[in-house]
Amino acid sequence: MKPMMGTLFALMLSVGLLSAGAIAAPGQAPLPRDSVYQLPVHLIDQHGKAFDWSSKRGKVQLVSMFYTSCQYICPLIVDSGKAIEKQLTPTEQQRLGILLVSMDPKRDTPAALLTVANKRKLDPARWTLASPRPGDVREVAGVLGIRYRALADGEFNHTSALVLLDGEGRILARTEQMGTQPDPEFIQQVRDSLRTARK
Amino acid sequence: MRRILALLLLLPIASLAAGGGGYVDLPAGKFRTALKYEDRKGDTRIAPFALMRKPVTNAEFLAFVQAHPQWRRDRVGRVFAEPRYLSHWVAADKLGNTALPQQPVVQISWFAAQAYCKAQGARLPSWDEWEYAAAADETRRDARSDPAWRERILRWYSRPSNQALPRAGLQTPNAYGVQDLHGLVWEWTEDFSSLLVSADNRDQGDADNAKFCGAGALSMDDRDNYAVLMRVAMLSSLNAADTTTNLGFRCAKDLE
Repeated sequence: MKPMMGTLFALMLSVGLLSAGAIAAPGQAPLPRDSVYQLPVHLIDQHGKAFDWSSKRGKVQLVSMFYTSCQYICPLIVDSGKAIEKQLTPTEQQRLGILLVSMDPKRDTPAALLTVANKRKLDPARWTLASPRPGDVREVAGVLGIRYRALADGEFNHTSALVLLDGEGRILARTEQMGTQPDPEFIQQVRDSLRTARK
Repeated sequence: MRRILALLLLLPIASLAAGGGGYVDLPAGKFRTALKYEDRKGDTRIAPFALMRKPVTNAEFLAFVQAHPQWRRDRVGRVFAEPRYLSHWVAADKLGNTALPQQPVVQISWFAAQAYCKAQGARLPSWDEWEYAAAADETRRDARSDPAWRERILRWYSRPSNQALPRAGLQTPNAYGVQDLHGLVWEWTEDFSSLLVSADNRDQGDADNAKFCGAGALSMDDRDNYAVLMRVAMLSSLNAADTTTNLGFRCAKDLE
């Protein structure tokens, strides 16, 4: 009976997964209805640490999707994050988290993610590179408004965006301008959100 | 323990009831898509799958919402469904006169469609599967080269969309036994957001388009197939939380 219970539990979990929404931890107010953290997303980061992305709650986040073997646009996504970081004061920098979610979790193991983080000298205090479960990628892309298609040669065709989330996971702004010259209006929105955010 | 057993007994019945017209099995096949993928040459292989005979109806979706109240329009996360979600129902848990039980459900987001299919132990069909099933007319598995058939489909697209929707399941089944793939509502696919069509037709297939990583932009291989072209243009313009007055869905399942 025990294995059957396990299967049943797994079944109920999988049925409820999408619909249940993230369950607020005890003592925490329920998530707002327009929070992307309503979608439960289990991630594993560049250090092999597993977490739900809603654990980023409480801190302003800059979120994007990428994959490590990408030759063209993805390095520009990292450039964009770094360029925005550069425009901020040290205090502002401390209040910001940058989360890059892989659209290629089968190949983007913690080791692959760490290689990029090290090569691009990304401060681990701020930058999280992480892979979701393969079956969750399209849903993550769905709440972030990112489109992608896996190509026959292992590359991905995808749109690129940086999405600014407030501490509750609500989308405040987005930019599709990639590279070392960020959109000044977007920078301003990042600064505004950090001013009102608690540390 | 007894409660779990009772639940186990209930599960198949509940999914049958929600399934309505049930599923039709489609055989494996090789298929020439009307789309042009730069990275994909030759035929697309379709694995055998099962597809719902009809689109999901208001009555079926109401049963789902009652069983999963987090999908009520007054409770659903805004990231999963925009404010127009199920807005044609008279109340969050009632259809009313503007949404008849046997009409296909519309004003439905991709997330809501996904959740419905998941609760059935199913999934949304892929674009390839949808296009494969929709290539058939009543007698032929691939009627796409027949100008008369194309004409018939196009006539539906030219009808104004502000008229009341017919009931699901009224049209003659196609060669696979599937109904209403054309002529009733547009339908979500699981991979709708993989359809990356450049906004400007003339840019199609331009690898320099900086919006996309690498080559592989999508364009039309069969430019006379307007029915497919319009579906793709529509799906490629949507976000996952969007809903429209004539966009519904049906579920699919793996076979084997």
